[in-house]
Amino acid sequence: MELSEHLFRRESGRLVAALTRIFGVHNLALAEDVVQDAFCRALEVWKVRGIPDNPSAWLMTVAKRRALDIVRRERTAHTFAPELSRVLESEWTLAPAVEEAFAGSTIRDEQLRMMFSCCDPRLPEEVQVALVLNILCGFGASEIASAFLTSRAAMEKRISRGKKSLASSRRLFDLADAEFAPRLSAVARALYLLFNEGYHGASPEAAVRIELCQEAIRLTMLLLDSPQTATPETQALAALMHLHAAKLPARIDSAGELNPLLEQDRTRWDARLIADGLALLDRSAEGSVVSAYHVEAAIAAVHATAHSVEETNWDAIVNLYDRLMGIAPSPIVALNRAIAIGQRDGPEKGLESIHAIADRDRLRRYPFYPAAIAELELRQGNLAAAEQYFSAAATLARSGAERRFLERRVREVSEAHRHHVAPTMH
Amino acid sequence: MGSSVFPVDDYLGFRCPAVTGSNVIYVDAQGMVMRAFKEQRYMSQFVYLYRMTDAARQEAMGTPERAQQNMQRWMAWMTDLDKKGHLKDRGQPLERSGKVVRGQQKTVTDGPFTEAKDLVGGFTLIEARDIDQAVDLSRGCPILEGGGSVEVRPIMKMDM
Repeated sequence: MELSEHLFRRESGRLVAALTRIFGVHNLALAEDVVQDAFCRALEVWKVRGIPDNPSAWLMTVAKRRALDIVRRERTAHTFAPELSRVLESEWTLAPAVEEAFAGSTIRDEQLRMMFSCCDPRLPEEVQVALVLNILCGFGASEIASAFLTSRAAMEKRISRGKKSLASSRRLFDLADAEFAPRLSAVARALYLLFNEGYHGASPEAAVRIELCQEAIRLTMLLLDSPQTATPETQALAALMHLHAAKLPARIDSAGELNPLLEQDRTRWDARLIADGLALLDRSAEGSVVSAYHVEAAIAAVHATAHSVEETNWDAIVNLYDRLMGIAPSPIVALNRAIAIGQRDGPEKGLESIHAIADRDRLRRYPFYPAAIAELELRQGNLAAAEQYFSAAATLARSGAERRFLERRVREVSEAHRHHVAPTMH
Repeated sequence: MGSSVFPVDDYLGFRCPAVTGSNVIYVDAQGMVMRAFKEQRYMSQFVYLYRMTDAARQEAMGTPERAQQNMQRWMAWMTDLDKKGHLKDRGQPLERSGKVVRGQQKTVTDGPFTEAKDLVGGFTLIEARDIDQAVDLSRGCPILEGGGSVEVRPIMKMDM
């Protein structure tokens, strides 16, 4: 029998959630120890006896037994979950309470509460994301550190800081809390950042980044699983992730090289993810609020349904970017809008729009700012300017893939410059 | 052609690797086959004792993802031993806690983890031609990657 992919990592998040329900969030470390112990046991037993038919159930049984032992042995000395304190005191109710904590619906709800607790606005966003990856997705500090290109020590510090704050809260976030709506926004934002890290992030390993995207989608779908958190905004976020994830197979090729949207082989886009994304976008249209996620998903949908760059409805995209500038203005949104204008009205108009970006000095370190100027200059036939801007972009590259891609553009343009012919237009 | 059917791998060499069950040959030299069969029956058995410190055990677990990779390496190794006919008994894992009873006073202490640094975490029964082959086969054990060790001990033969 084969283990399903990432079984331990997935089970880790579920088991920690169930155990935290019993032990209380102030005993998060104890919950993690129990899970670690269950995994050690699985390693030792499975390797000689073979993998059981239902590995998840096996792990759960070990965790349950251990939880019962711990509560029985330490309930006089220790306080466990304040919500369950009476129930855990008596043998009559202890076993059913532990059983209940491991029921499917409880695990789902507790994972949601954990997610909401991790996204405490008093914590910096990078700490929130690290906590979600560690506690709910089962990534170790070293794995998160390598995805974010930071040191393991720095990541451990970030996670332990977050956990200290979690432990001091005594109980997990209550979804009936008055703060529910703003906290849901914080959760959505953290998942959006998590997805972005996978999509644009620094890790040179494509596999790592695809996993981050998959985790972001999995947790967003968990939000959609529960009526309370399945708001139109969450639907839009899920749509956005699906529509972008569909492009991943074409965006990074097998050699780990980056292919920009305009150059991607669209037959490699994942039709299933596109269909799911469009269905989610459809459902997100209920209600009266149009969030940034709605608009971003709509833009992604226009791209995803176009068979080629030429057939893309650039007018619709420019209008959507206008709308996005109204909801969530940022120089990056403005830059994307300018690129769309360049596609619709020609390079001259595109360059005009770029030079009109109000706070464009905030794009100083963003490699695709000079790269966009370079592409438009190239299209105007200004090879010297294009080469210069591509070179500037290459020095700002944040990852090997970005650098290799931009250096390739520099080479192509300088080659063409020498021969006085423009390279293929993109 | 001969009257007997024996599962023999390589009877001519008088060295019989493990019984694979698939290699059945007809032989007419009755005595020779009997000898080969006998040797094969007495193919040596060995115990692998897996030893590891607590720290190495935690490290092998590392993150859930690493634990899973570790597990997959173990399964692959065991399956390979089994396919080649060397796996006599998968054995049993051992709890890391227990008691040690010692001396005429029969003093009982918690152990052995208070005394020994690397504990036996389990065992497996192996069939191999000789100790060299048994040692060779153990080289693929994933415990070695995690800083643990495999103790290879022949099971004493009682030729009576």
